[in-house]
Amino acid sequence: MSPQPRVVQVRQNVLKQNDVVARALREEFRRSGVFVVSLVSSPGSGKTTVLESTLAALQPSRRVAALVGDLATENDALRLARTGAAVKQIVTGTVCHLDAMMVRRALEDWDVRALDYLFIENVGNLVCPAAYDLGEELRVVLVSVTEGEDKPLKYPPIFHGSDLVLITKIDLAEAVGFDRQALRKNLEVVAPGVPVLEVSAKTGAGMEDWLAVLHERAVAART
Amino acid sequence: MHELSLAIEIVEIAQAEARRHGNGRIQAVHLRLGPLAGVVEEALQAAFPLAAQGTVAEGAELVIEKAPLVVYCPRCGAERQIGFEVWLACPVCGAPTPEVRQGRELEVTALELET
Repeated sequence: MSPQPRVVQVRQNVLKQNDVVARALREEFRRSGVFVVSLVSSPGSGKTTVLESTLAALQPSRRVAALVGDLATENDALRLARTGAAVKQIVTGTVCHLDAMMVRRALEDWDVRALDYLFIENVGNLVCPAAYDLGEELRVVLVSVTEGEDKPLKYPPIFHGSDLVLITKIDLAEAVGFDRQALRKNLEVVAPGVPVLEVSAKTGAGMEDWLAVLHERAVAART
Repeated sequence: MHELSLAIEIVEIAQAEARRHGNGRIQAVHLRLGPLAGVVEEALQAAFPLAAQGTVAEGAELVIEKAPLVVYCPRCGAERQIGFEVWLACPVCGAPTPEVRQGRELEVTALELET
């Protein structure tokens, strides 16, 4: 018989390093008075388009910037930069999510005190980003009307971990037979009470409400 | 597929802990995993041997203990265990239960070291 192995108790959070950095970032953001919003969704849900409209609408009265996570291309960053906002790309290579260390590195040569809003667009993915706190104040998950109403049931952690749900491409709702009640019911199962907004960045529908919520949350965070 | 990054973190934690206990070979790493941790168990099991290659954890078993979801029911005024599915309603009275008390765990709980 082989000798019995020695059992050592450990109890260590696997994401401890990320969580420590995220907490430090959150404190820095609060001290600097910048309101940080992250956007997550599956690829093609309209993160970049919503962000484009949001950055355009907030300027020039607000100072805004965006960090954009992307696996390989800089297309999204270029689109966003056209709004006049400061934009930085985080090319993640084969990594399917942003983590707090990447955010910290990207912000090294930026003075966040000069900003009112900082948006972080995560890599298009409903699984991996759920595990990583980025130090943001508001985490928004986007789901488009073309995706199927059962998304929340398929990806509970990301919906549960979000502070707000944006239903995007609402201008297409009728064309694709979007079932609003079914999606809201499924959201209640995994994230009871989560606020839900419906927007179309294309027609502008619902964008005013979205901007109002951003403003409201930013004011609340600063006091 | 962030499970490979997680597997590398797990191996690093295990290595550091093994060093503190004589740096023997690791036979098993025990992990506690909640349903809201956002981890696909199969993917993590597949990634773990790759991350462990060439370390004292090479060949070690990854033992995953599933942690249940525990919520607070505001209507009953009590903690309720849901189980392993993410369905945030009180199993007793049916009220929505947004407050999760347990279920996000992703932690190394123990090592088995060769003697």
